[in-house]
Amino acid sequence: MAGMSGRMSTVIKAKVSKLLDRAEDPGETLDYSYQKQLESLQQVKKGIADVVTAKKRLGMQASKLEQSVLKLDTQARQALAAGNEELARTALERKQFAQTELQSLDQQVAELQSQQDKLIESEKRLRTKIEAFRTKKEVIKAQYSAAEAQVRISEAATGVGEEMADVGLAMQRAVDKTENMKARASAVEELEAAGTFEDLTQLGEGQDDIDRQLAQLGAGGMVDDDLAKMKAELGMGPSAPEPTQLEAGAPGEPGEPGTAKP
Amino acid sequence: MIVRIMGEGQYRLSEETIERVNSLDNAAVAAVEANDEDAFHTAFEELLDMIRKDGEHLGDEEIESSDVIVPPADTSFEEAAAEFTGDGLIPD
Repeated sequence: MAGMSGRMSTVIKAKVSKLLDRAEDPGETLDYSYQKQLESLQQVKKGIADVVTAKKRLGMQASKLEQSVLKLDTQARQALAAGNEELARTALERKQFAQTELQSLDQQVAELQSQQDKLIESEKRLRTKIEAFRTKKEVIKAQYSAAEAQVRISEAATGVGEEMADVGLAMQRAVDKTENMKARASAVEELEAAGTFEDLTQLGEGQDDIDRQLAQLGAGGMVDDDLAKMKAELGMGPSAPEPTQLEAGAPGEPGEPGTAKP
Repeated sequence: MIVRIMGEGQYRLSEETIERVNSLDNAAVAAVEANDEDAFHTAFEELLDMIRKDGEHLGDEEIESSDVIVPPADTSFEEAAAEFTGDGLIPD
């Protein structure tokens, strides 16, 4: 690997110092630094609200997908009962895909929850520190000459600044994670908009891009398993004879009694 | 010496503990360079435990600047690789 590596702590310290340098304005008054601390606290609160919003969005998407899973399962069952194994397989492939997405969404929601908890803790720490700074500032002002007070207060401000930098970086990480998840959520929404999880009986030949992609995404084995299980449940048995006539694109009346072979 | 674990708070450590922390810090970076994820997590977790166990936790109301700042406990191997090698965000 090119270049010398620093210790982790050296790199982090440099990063925090850089943030502090950027934040520090030599011309600023001492009271202004308290004002800035309060602003930083507001930003953290806003950051927490953003994470909560993102989490809600993912949660809503997850419940939509849950409905799709149920719907597709029912459709597969009906298609199978009507003797249309092809359609049942397509429905199961989509169900499999929706389930995989659902799992990933659940993980992301959990991850955002943990980010939210951490930010809330950070906000609490920063708030306590800012409050301590406010008190300390008044005590110093009362005890020391103006010049001495200036030095001591600005030392304390640096200490609080470090806390602000810490919280700031934590927020940045949370934002990055949230952005990644938003991108992913949009991708799923696009699939939804394209009708991936829609009523399959409405599809014609159904061999659009989505179907091909889903077939390639495979989970083939799992789909076969699902199909076998479903057949068994419908009393068709694993060794049920292949339906001789597959009416492509015309699945008949799904779920109509009497079409399933006992 | 004051040590901050990012996202967690500050601790007061003895010089002797700081030295041990530093050597674990070096071990963690060496593991990143060797692309050894397990070794990284082992060294990093040991480092964090040492700070938490041997250090004295500073109250939130104490205002101190840190002498040493270590990354957050949930730093992933990928993040460490991006950050702590010569090709990282802050080149040496």
